Amino acid sequence: MTTRPFRIFRGASGAGALREYATEVSEGMVVLDAVHQIQAESAGDLAVRWNCKAGKCGSCSAEVNGVPRLLCMTRLEDLPADRPVTIEPMRAFPHVRDLVTDVSWNYEVKRQITPFTPRPPDAPDGTWRMQQSDVDRVQEFRKCIECFLCQDTCHVLRDHRLHEAFVGPRFLVHAAALEMHPLDVADRTADLRKAHGIGYCNITKCCTTVCPEGIRITDNAIIPLKERVVDALWDPVAGLARLVRRRT
Amino acid sequence: MDHQAVEHDVLVIGAGGAGLRAAIEAAAAGASVGLVCKSLLGKAHTVMAEGGVAAALANVDDRDDWRVHFADTMRGGQYVNNWRMAELHAREAPARVRELEAWGALFDRTPDGRILQRNFGGHRYPRLAHVGDRTGLEMIRTLQDHGVHQGMDVHMECTILTLLTDGGRVAGAFGYDRERGRFRLFRARAVVLATGGIGRAYRITSNSWEYTGDGHALAYDAGAELQDMEFVQFHPTGMVWPPSVRGILVTEGVRGEGGVLRNSEGRRFMFDDIPENYRAQTAASEEEGWRYTQGDRDARRPPELLTRDHVARCILREVREGRGSPHGGVYLDIAWIRERLPGAAEHIRRKLPSMYHQFKELAGIDITTTPMEVGPTTHYIMGGIRVDGDSQMSTLPGLFAAGECAAGLHGANRLGGNSLSDLLVFGKRAGEHAAAWAGAHPPAPIGPDQVEAAARRALEPFDRAGSGDAESPYRLQQELQGMMQDEVGIVRTEGQMRRALEGLAALRRRAARVAVEGHREYNPGWHAALDLANLFTVSEAVARSALEREESRGGHFRDDRPEKTAEGATFNVVVRRGADGGMEVIRRPVAPMPQELQEVIDANA
Repeated sequence: MTTRPFRIFRGASGAGALREYATEVSEGMVVLDAVHQIQAESAGDLAVRWNCKAGKCGSCSAEVNGVPRLLCMTRLEDLPADRPVTIEPMRAFPHVRDLVTDVSWNYEVKRQITPFTPRPPDAPDGTWRMQQSDVDRVQEFRKCIECFLCQDTCHVLRDHRLHEAFVGPRFLVHAAALEMHPLDVADRTADLRKAHGIGYCNITKCCTTVCPEGIRITDNAIIPLKERVVDALWDPVAGLARLVRRRT
Repeated sequence: MDHQAVEHDVLVIGAGGAGLRAAIEAAAAGASVGLVCKSLLGKAHTVMAEGGVAAALANVDDRDDWRVHFADTMRGGQYVNNWRMAELHAREAPARVRELEAWGALFDRTPDGRILQRNFGGHRYPRLAHVGDRTGLEMIRTLQDHGVHQGMDVHMECTILTLLTDGGRVAGAFGYDRERGRFRLFRARAVVLATGGIGRAYRITSNSWEYTGDGHALAYDAGAELQDMEFVQFHPTGMVWPPSVRGILVTEGVRGEGGVLRNSEGRRFMFDDIPENYRAQTAASEEEGWRYTQGDRDARRPPELLTRDHVARCILREVREGRGSPHGGVYLDIAWIRERLPGAAEHIRRKLPSMYHQFKELAGIDITTTPMEVGPTTHYIMGGIRVDGDSQMSTLPGLFAAGECAAGLHGANRLGGNSLSDLLVFGKRAGEHAAAWAGAHPPAPIGPDQVEAAARRALEPFDRAGSGDAESPYRLQQELQGMMQDEVGIVRTEGQMRRALEGLAALRRRAARVAVEGHREYNPGWHAALDLANLFTVSEAVARSALEREESRGGHFRDDRPEKTAEGATFNVVVRRGADGGMEVIRRPVAPMPQELQEVIDANA
């Protein structure tokens, strides 16, 4: 057992400061364990959101040494031992208290996306037929645990605060899961361009980097959606004519 | 006391699979619905379910149908199940699964494009519809995304403290929101409890902080009956190392895909102890077991896929007799299938992606090359609120319950995969009947004194802050968990349970001195303090019920009474609040089964 120093943001509604703590750490411990231990030892009212502690529910999102992470999946052994572990709340959402932010905006955004709209069933018993290869592609997007770390790291939301104009990577993944769902027949391309603001994404891939589920957000979800938007909203005849003119 | 008031026809407390499904159904029936989540929407424990949802779709083996599923469920539950629930569950689960597909769920597929099904413990045929090993996430997300478009008010991060009653029926609920700590009064004609389990009463558990037996305790406090509380399921395979992840679930799907259990001597010890009533269905050799996991219809299942209660006790025995792994578990080996299967590593990563991820990230172990260390973990409670099999109404009029917090379907032991189908089948039924009840009954009046008393009680821990003999809520919870783990765990004796009851009384006295610092806004210390009362109620119910059942059956194993008795199959243990305020324990006879269901069981013996 060794004692390690921590610096944890304490305060409410954005006002507050990093406070120093120290606690004993053991092999295999994750950051969330340390937070809980500090809570039980010396900071009974330290606010932190968590549930499954196994990287499956996406509740304990925060920033560890400045990087958006799940507290339950960040092992202390993987962090530099020569300086304190700094734990702060996510920055893209309104601060509530200590490590907790108000993520309700995400739920409102999701409600605005056209829901799943299936084609009529394939079989008389009301069921559909799909091949594994068809569902594989979408299953990648459906692995999303809604931790909102991709939203937190996205500069459009984090730095430019364009929450009104841009739904963020999480909901582009959600839209991609619906658009590429083998049974879905709704068309979301007009919404993607206007209401959902897909054009704001300039594919810096920060979201992909922080995704704890390893979803290739930019390459597999956002870029194909951008292509769909371009295909749908460009008149193909005029496009061809432009191409021909450029060549001559 | 200051509070916000809200009114709904149907109030659903709990937003996992059962609560969401109930809310969807009640809304579809035209009721105004409020859905209360203790956490954020979509984070409830359903999200953790890995293996799959059991339904006799017969997509993989056409010999399967509802009768076989019914017989399997009754055998697994050792015949103290509510047979009506077991029947409805087996009959309706396929339609509930297909409905999820119509709402956007994407299950893994068979070669002819239908929903794929996998083998699981206690199920005769491949029956679990699944999505790799993240079926629960698929299910809760599908219900959540469908539900929010059906018109319901979602109250996130809101904890219910008490149910409100009027003249012997439910009238609403009273609670507080976590973010601001403000009290909230819900008036409702009908209330559906879907609060999940009690895992946090134990030290080693797969459950998150939320599972403090809230629904069980709310119903009990309001005068409803609980039953089968002695039947706690200890899942045989939880992680045991590193210490901080002890208890996190390792899906039974690992064994369904060919994973085997070995002790420190390398022996597949599950072959050494096969219960008589499962012998005819169990593989005679390792070879036959392997063929079963690979879909050979003529092979019988390996003993690793016996029921969870049995496998958990066998693991405990190996550990106690000195044949355990270095960190006090046994080995679960899926890597060995390399010997049988080309491309095994890729196969494992595809079939068990989150297990691969979980061990890689949390334990630094690659399960495609190295055996896992596993041991039993508190996972589920078969017992719960006593309900009518058809309507899911409790013994308190207007109060319904569905999912883990309700009792009956699983009897003495739940089969893996039957919980997700339980949530769907009985969530729907509870929502439907709650809406019908709400349509037929006017709102009941709520006396202000009930509300005042609840609010005062909730704030008491703040008044004691700074007092000399203050107790920490965290410490009390830890002590309770340690005691329940040691005294009312996988193997119990009368002496242990009496000690547990004494220990509980002592903890309760100390809990009267619990103090919390700070203020009401998002204060986890306060929540821990308020959770204690529910934990005490359910722990007492488990201990008292376990004392009353003087035999061993399913999840309840008495070291001092290791045999099953004939009498034990004839009753359920029920607890309710007695006239003196103490817990009353009674035996209720198991209802006689109709002839045609008995014939189904006999035909599938």
